[in-house]
Amino acid sequence: MTLRQLVPWVVGAALIALPFVYRDPYHLHILVLILIWSFAYTSWSMMGRFGLVSLGHGGFMGVGAYVTALLWNHLGISPWIGIPIALVCAGALALIVAYPCFRFRITGHYFALVTLALSGIVLQIITATRDYTGGSLGYTPDRTKGSHLVALQFDDKTTWYLIALGVWGVGLLIWRWVDRSMDRYALEAISEDEDAAAAAGVNVTFEKLKITVISALMTALAGALYCQYQMFISPDTVSGIAVSLQMVFAVVVGGIYVALGPTVGAIITIMLAEGLRIGFGTKAVGWDNLVYGVLLVVFIIFLPKGILGSLLERIKPSSKR
Amino acid sequence: MQSFLEIFDIYLLEAMVNGILLGGVLALLALGLNLIFGVIDVTWICYAELVMIGMYGMYYLVQYYGLPYYVAAPLTILLVAVLGALLHYLVIAPLLGAAPINQLLATGGVLFVLQSFATVAFGIDFRNLGIRLPVLQFAEMHFSYSRLLSFLAALVGMVVIYLFMTRTYTGTAIRAIAQDRQIMALMGVDTKRIYLVTSALGGALAGLAACLLVLQYDVHPFVGLSFGPITFLICVLGGLGNFVGGFVAAFLFAEIISLGGLFSDLEWGYVLAFAFFIIMMFIRPGGLLARRQ
Repeated sequence: MTLRQLVPWVVGAALIALPFVYRDPYHLHILVLILIWSFAYTSWSMMGRFGLVSLGHGGFMGVGAYVTALLWNHLGISPWIGIPIALVCAGALALIVAYPCFRFRITGHYFALVTLALSGIVLQIITATRDYTGGSLGYTPDRTKGSHLVALQFDDKTTWYLIALGVWGVGLLIWRWVDRSMDRYALEAISEDEDAAAAAGVNVTFEKLKITVISALMTALAGALYCQYQMFISPDTVSGIAVSLQMVFAVVVGGIYVALGPTVGAIITIMLAEGLRIGFGTKAVGWDNLVYGVLLVVFIIFLPKGILGSLLERIKPSSKR
Repeated sequence: MQSFLEIFDIYLLEAMVNGILLGGVLALLALGLNLIFGVIDVTWICYAELVMIGMYGMYYLVQYYGLPYYVAAPLTILLVAVLGALLHYLVIAPLLGAAPINQLLATGGVLFVLQSFATVAFGIDFRNLGIRLPVLQFAEMHFSYSRLLSFLAALVGMVVIYLFMTRTYTGTAIRAIAQDRQIMALMGVDTKRIYLVTSALGGALAGLAACLLVLQYDVHPFVGLSFGPITFLICVLGGLGNFVGGFVAAFLFAEIISLGGLFSDLEWGYVLAFAFFIIMMFIRPGGLLARRQ
């Protein structure tokens, strides 16, 4: 057992040491993207694993990215203060949409479609306020003239790699914390049968709201990080239905019920997109989504537990949850 | 009377009438989605993408093969109906026993496939039919004939569906399955066949909508995203599977978009419609016409 407890530490140390040994900027860039998106996908699956399929996470991500960037550009507020404000906005948005949903028992299809409306609203508002946000042309946070640390803008990939790695690690810790808490049992009971769970003394609305807000906060943080790292955001890359579906797709492919599933999903989707882009260049426009779509359908039909989920089940069939 | 006219100036009136005309097509889209949901209990997230494929079908039939509009339209409707049946056969049928949310996500995958297929096969250029219909001038207001035609055709389509559902054996079986899917199988109705027919019917409605929308809008691979979300909202607002509710909600939404667009940008019309939707979810979570429990 001691060996198994050692593995996360060894892997963690190796991941931290990696940028000091290996310095290829392109590969580090891909790794940073994988880590940031893994974090976003993990935050989606915090809810998704309990049957709360939200298509509104594109909205939360957009709020996180745009609020941070707008505060910096228009009011000169450092992202260190801007990101918490953005998180509060995303959390409030999650409460406003989720509370009536849970209070009035909007579940399943209805919940997915209501949250779909949310990501639609955020996309339309960003496009409509084009005087401030640049509309569909996208938006760039101003380059800082002062301290890089205050502006949270770093030129070297190593710093970003370490930041993304840290955030990703925190995401996994939150997953673990939820996984080991009583909330997990409550939420699993809710996903099986809400009435029975309520009869057994579970506060259904409160439990669902809690996990939704946690998930929304994490997604908004991922959006803000993505914005600070890429220094360019557009409504289509951080908000809207396409981003929401992309999250669902990556998580389903990786494995929705295991902690590292979203990470595996992020690795597969980003490598696939990059591979097609390098292999075929501009001819590949559209092909990556075509492959995504076919894979998503095939996975849901034949391998609903995802790659990692199915693998882990194959390795240790005795220790079924 | 004078003050009445001052409030309802001519632009407002024009926007309202245009809203009603837009509502016709939206109601047609909502009807197709509601039909699928009511009978098979599945939401086709990719519904608007079927419409997009239909619009491309119209474009190629008319522009490349030189078919007249009224010959191309039935062919397109048939094409999308076949697509709808295929979608059911290939994707939904294997998932009928799975969690409902999986079916929704699988059609989300189909959305990706159709969108990127269109990107790869047709390119991302905006295309249009090149048919310019005249503009109708009435009491200082301007309405395009294409909108008027779409509105009338959508109404006719809905009446035909209504007659089919109430006057034929298959239609009756579809309505019966929507009420109780277990019992109908015991009553000797071939559920699988009914599902397939319903999917084809839903596809045909998407095809009809495509024929009408292609008169007003340019086709591009992402055109589905501009009216897809609205269609889902209409269906949820009216109550999923509730035909009359969907009809009412379609006109409400179209009016909000049209009037909101009059006072500011078109996007604000959409934002208003979305906000209205969320407020209505507080007030009437079960849908516009749902009975209070």
